[in-house]
Amino acid sequence: MSSSHIISVLVENKSGVLAKISGLFSRRGFNIESLAVGTTDDEKISRITLVVKAENHSIEQIVKQLHKLINVLKIQELDPSNIVERELVLIKVNSDNNTRAEILEIASIFRASVVDVAKKSLVIEITGNSKKVEGIEDLLKPYGIIELVRTGKIAISRGSKK
Amino acid sequence: MGKITGAQMLIKCLKESGVEVIFGFPGGVVIPIYDALYDSDIRHILVRHEQGAAHAADGYARSTGKTGVCLATSGPGATNLITGIANAYMDSIPVVAITGQVATHVIGTDAFQEADITGITAPITKHNYLIKDIKELPAVIKEAFYIASTGRPGPVLIDIPVDISKGYIDENLKADIDVEGYKPTYKGNPRQIIQAVKKIQESKKPVIFAGGGVTSSEAAEVLTEFAEIAHIPVITSLTGKGVFPDTSDLSLGMAGMHGTKYANLAFTQTDLIIAVGVRFDDRVTGKLSEFAKNAVVIHIDIDPAEIGKNVRVDVPIVGDAKNVLSDLKTKYLEIVKGKISPEQAAWLENIASLKSKCALRYDRDSDALKPAYIIEKIYELTKGEAIICTEVGQHQMWTAQYYKFTRPRTLISSGGLGTMGFGFPAAIGAKVGNPDKTVIDIAGDGSIQMNVQEFATAVSNKIPVKIMVINNGYLGMVRQWQEFFWNKRYSHTNIADSVDFVKLVEAYGGTGFRVKEKDEVESTIKKALEIDNLVLVDFWVEREENVYPMVPSGSAIDQMIECD
Repeated sequence: MSSSHIISVLVENKSGVLAKISGLFSRRGFNIESLAVGTTDDEKISRITLVVKAENHSIEQIVKQLHKLINVLKIQELDPSNIVERELVLIKVNSDNNTRAEILEIASIFRASVVDVAKKSLVIEITGNSKKVEGIEDLLKPYGIIELVRTGKIAISRGSKK
Repeated sequence: MGKITGAQMLIKCLKESGVEVIFGFPGGVVIPIYDALYDSDIRHILVRHEQGAAHAADGYARSTGKTGVCLATSGPGATNLITGIANAYMDSIPVVAITGQVATHVIGTDAFQEADITGITAPITKHNYLIKDIKELPAVIKEAFYIASTGRPGPVLIDIPVDISKGYIDENLKADIDVEGYKPTYKGNPRQIIQAVKKIQESKKPVIFAGGGVTSSEAAEVLTEFAEIAHIPVITSLTGKGVFPDTSDLSLGMAGMHGTKYANLAFTQTDLIIAVGVRFDDRVTGKLSEFAKNAVVIHIDIDPAEIGKNVRVDVPIVGDAKNVLSDLKTKYLEIVKGKISPEQAAWLENIASLKSKCALRYDRDSDALKPAYIIEKIYELTKGEAIICTEVGQHQMWTAQYYKFTRPRTLISSGGLGTMGFGFPAAIGAKVGNPDKTVIDIAGDGSIQMNVQEFATAVSNKIPVKIMVINNGYLGMVRQWQEFFWNKRYSHTNIADSVDFVKLVEAYGGTGFRVKEKDEVESTIKKALEIDNLVLVDFWVEREENVYPMVPSGSAIDQMIECD
């Protein structure tokens, strides 16, 4: 049975490394659902957070293959029940004098913030897990979503362990 | 402080890495490197096509155990290396490929002869580098050789922009390497090893399955000792040929699609497979769900990703084959002490009877010129001491079946990628690395034409390789499939009108012979072996001879098509 896996990979911060990692996934037949990259507290090291849908057996093989890349330093498959996960989403939605108040109310219920207001649109920023993001997206759809940009999921394990 | 050019630093670092020979072909952006080579005592073999350079470096590496080096220019020079790099990657061969690149400030502008070779080779190299700062050069070279030759070996590519090789660098710059993301496991887990010994002790019908990893880790000797002490029959993969002597009673030869019937039957009947340095390729296992259904599997490999990839494994042992096998041998002697159970004795009797009942066979009494007969004669006349290279196809399988390999690094053959055109340039590399040995490329008439330009390399560099062309005027392996599975519709496999091979080799300055009769085989091979030059013998064999036995693709390996 295939399910989503969150894989957190520490890599050397060098050019071409991201291409090597994403290439490995595509040529072994995996589709990356989301991918987020950024440097860690050590600027020589970056963290890549990937969400991949795959069967348990094949995820084990891809993790082993990832380990073989020389630029990969550490790989963790995060246990969804013991992590904090976040994604940041910007949504540009149609709004006019009639609908603006309703949309602002929806935003406030979701604790989202409005970061741009124009005559015919609003840009809403929301941070949260996938469920929350999907929730607000559903509610905003009827007004007409002009554009939606998401960062991809990042995650960290709970507790003091690294 | 003295300054030297990047190119001079490259040559200096190659020397420090122990490089004695480079196979290469010059071009615009590698002129600085070739200029530095001009003053160096590193031997450079000028090939006629970069693919030849990559295969020669591969053949050199396979036959010597050292890392092979090839050199090409940017763009088409680099892309011509690709088949060779992919071939080395599939069979885990240590090769360092050095390519020139356009200058750093024009990278990405589609400059003349620019190709993104690090991007292109990412899936077929163990690692690759594009050097962007001249100061990285010494460390990258050292690291490349370290990565190529350790752990599970493989090709590493270094792409050097021309402004880096022309730039200046402090000649005393030291290379400190620390590859944090690369720490192969060499020592097997002791508890797993004890677990393995217990499984061996419980087993009534054990077999060892040995592959190319045994050669890479120089473990053939300890493997042979262990098999003999424990009385366990040995099956090999194609790349494992030679790690256990084919002449031994315990040898079952190669298994798989064209393996021996007794090896395939042994796999089907065994209750324990001790797999060492193999990756359970589909050409060996046949239909996976039917493969060795009754067997417990111990899998020893230095690459954890190979364990459990294709076949379910009961006792995984990650480690270097030589280390693990010697630990396994020690523990086995402590615990089992070489005593064999009555059941295991019965298994050995069964193996012996399978070997005699299901021996490889062809029509020996026929007057026709049979490929298997030629291979047997080559074996006899070289006393099994030659380095045999092959191309890919029927002749390759006949060689694996009928030449008896007794030492590692004596069969040089493209296993994983199955590259036609590999054998001859690989033979050039093998002969350069082993000047005192007889090196023979057993070829098909199709394959040999794929890198025929390297005849010039062999003649002009005085590399006296012998080529035995098993000429049936067909792309024979494909023809055989067409005969069995495609109603004899020989679509585009008849190549009988190709070329006069004798004249061809003579045009290059080599010596050629043609053999059409059985009774000329022995005397002609003898003559060929005595001539100190490139020699090609063109054997006109029976055209539609097939390779038997054969497991049809996708069938279980005990389902074999056999000869009448």
